[in-house]
Amino acid sequence: MSMKKNYVIETIRKAQMVQLLASGKRADGRALDQHRELKIETGIIPKANGSARVNLGNSQVIAGVKIATGTPFPDTPDKGILMVNAEILPLSSPYAEPGPPSEEAIELARVVDRGIRESKMVDLGKLNLVSGKSVIAIFVDCNVMNVDGNLFDATSYAVVSALRTAKMKKYVIKDDKAEATDEWIPVPVEKTPVSVTVARIGDALVVDPSAEEEAAMEMRITITTEDGGNVCASQKGEASTISPAQVLQAADLSIKIGKEIRAQIKEATK
Amino acid sequence: MQVGEGKTKLIDGSGVRRDGRKWDELRPISIQVGLVKNADGSAYIEWGKNKIMAAVYGPKEVHPKHQVLPDRALLRCRYHMAPFSVDERKNPAPSRREIEISKVIREALVPAVIVEDYPRTAIEVWVEVLQSDGGSRVAGITAASLALADAGINMRDLVVGCSCGIINDTVVADLDDTEDKEGSGDMPVAIMPTLGLVSLLQVDGIYTREQFQKAFELAIAKGKQVNAMQKAALNARYFGGEAKTLEVEEGSE
Repeated sequence: MSMKKNYVIETIRKAQMVQLLASGKRADGRALDQHRELKIETGIIPKANGSARVNLGNSQVIAGVKIATGTPFPDTPDKGILMVNAEILPLSSPYAEPGPPSEEAIELARVVDRGIRESKMVDLGKLNLVSGKSVIAIFVDCNVMNVDGNLFDATSYAVVSALRTAKMKKYVIKDDKAEATDEWIPVPVEKTPVSVTVARIGDALVVDPSAEEEAAMEMRITITTEDGGNVCASQKGEASTISPAQVLQAADLSIKIGKEIRAQIKEATK
Repeated sequence: MQVGEGKTKLIDGSGVRRDGRKWDELRPISIQVGLVKNADGSAYIEWGKNKIMAAVYGPKEVHPKHQVLPDRALLRCRYHMAPFSVDERKNPAPSRREIEISKVIREALVPAVIVEDYPRTAIEVWVEVLQSDGGSRVAGITAASLALADAGINMRDLVVGCSCGIINDTVVADLDDTEDKEGSGDMPVAIMPTLGLVSLLQVDGIYTREQFQKAFELAIAKGKQVNAMQKAALNARYFGGEAKTLEVEEGSE
């Protein structure tokens, strides 16, 4: 959620921040490659199949998983459905408004969805019930509760944590029909994708930008890695540029920090 | 995008793709500038099976007024696919995909436009995909930056795109529709070629660190090749030069 509301303040703040960053410091005292404190709680919404509340600094996102059966897409008749959605609630910021999803909210949901999907976190082949007719459909909906920068990563960690702890009904197939049993099984999770967002302010790259830093940033890039340290998704954002060398630098940062955060997510969702 | 995991053999043992291209070869491209008579600037690009028209109106008054930017121009951008541009009819209402692509195209073009030269105005960029193939967003950006130049808008550089990706575990340039859908990764990149800066980068699919760098650097190199065609198209429009098509260029090498 952008806080660029006042051009004079924006310009002064940016100048201050660029100066501070030139001496290797950030406004909140962090190192350039240091993310804010990450807190993950799971199982906070018992009526959901899985849920998580993530605090990344003061950014807070709640993700809830709902699982149902559905009809597969015609081009993938033997694969389940996974959909990630995100809403920036009007209660989350003085700048958020109700109404149809903003361009920002659509980008947020699609970038988070891409990281989860492309990493093949959930084995969709294991969600097939009756080919072409019936599959398990997993919906992950995210509510942004408080905006303080870097919603991409906070939302992604919430989705991954919620999916890792989600339970679904076990189905049996009788006469080509799927029937739910009373048994609960975990969602077939294979990977733990981790997104890391880096902002460029002046020439400096900073990891996990706060809202204050986002107001001054020229460009951000989100890079998602999976367990093997491979890149599985990325998105550059904001109306500015990045040098090719800095793209590779951001990839290396994402691989390095992704490893730490992956361990923390796994610990919190054991 | 669902990954077909090698359902189709996209590249054969000797490194030849379904349409006969080598791993680093572009599809045929042709570009024309100035086809929409009413627009302040326009460009039409055919890139593989993509057929895309971009038109620019402005600088003009901003409506609604509250969107005015006091120190620079507001760049509006819409990427839209015609209902007949794909195999199954597409609902003409803007999809979430189109909204996201409109945003990233805008963010890829703004750095090249000297928006500070036109405070309190709007510059509108309309990108219409008449027929779609893989890589329509980068083809759209390539045409849109020419349309901006054709409109006489002050610019720092052109913007040119190319998409690279992975098919059957091989890094390749310029994915077509089938390679995009059945391959295992797509990486659209847009650059400002003279300044050497990246203004759009999106990635999906799984890349090792080495593959990531290889695909990224290939996309930049191929973008520079398309940039030569952009310049030739402008030259043809304004100085009666010969528009270059990719076949001509490669044939002469």
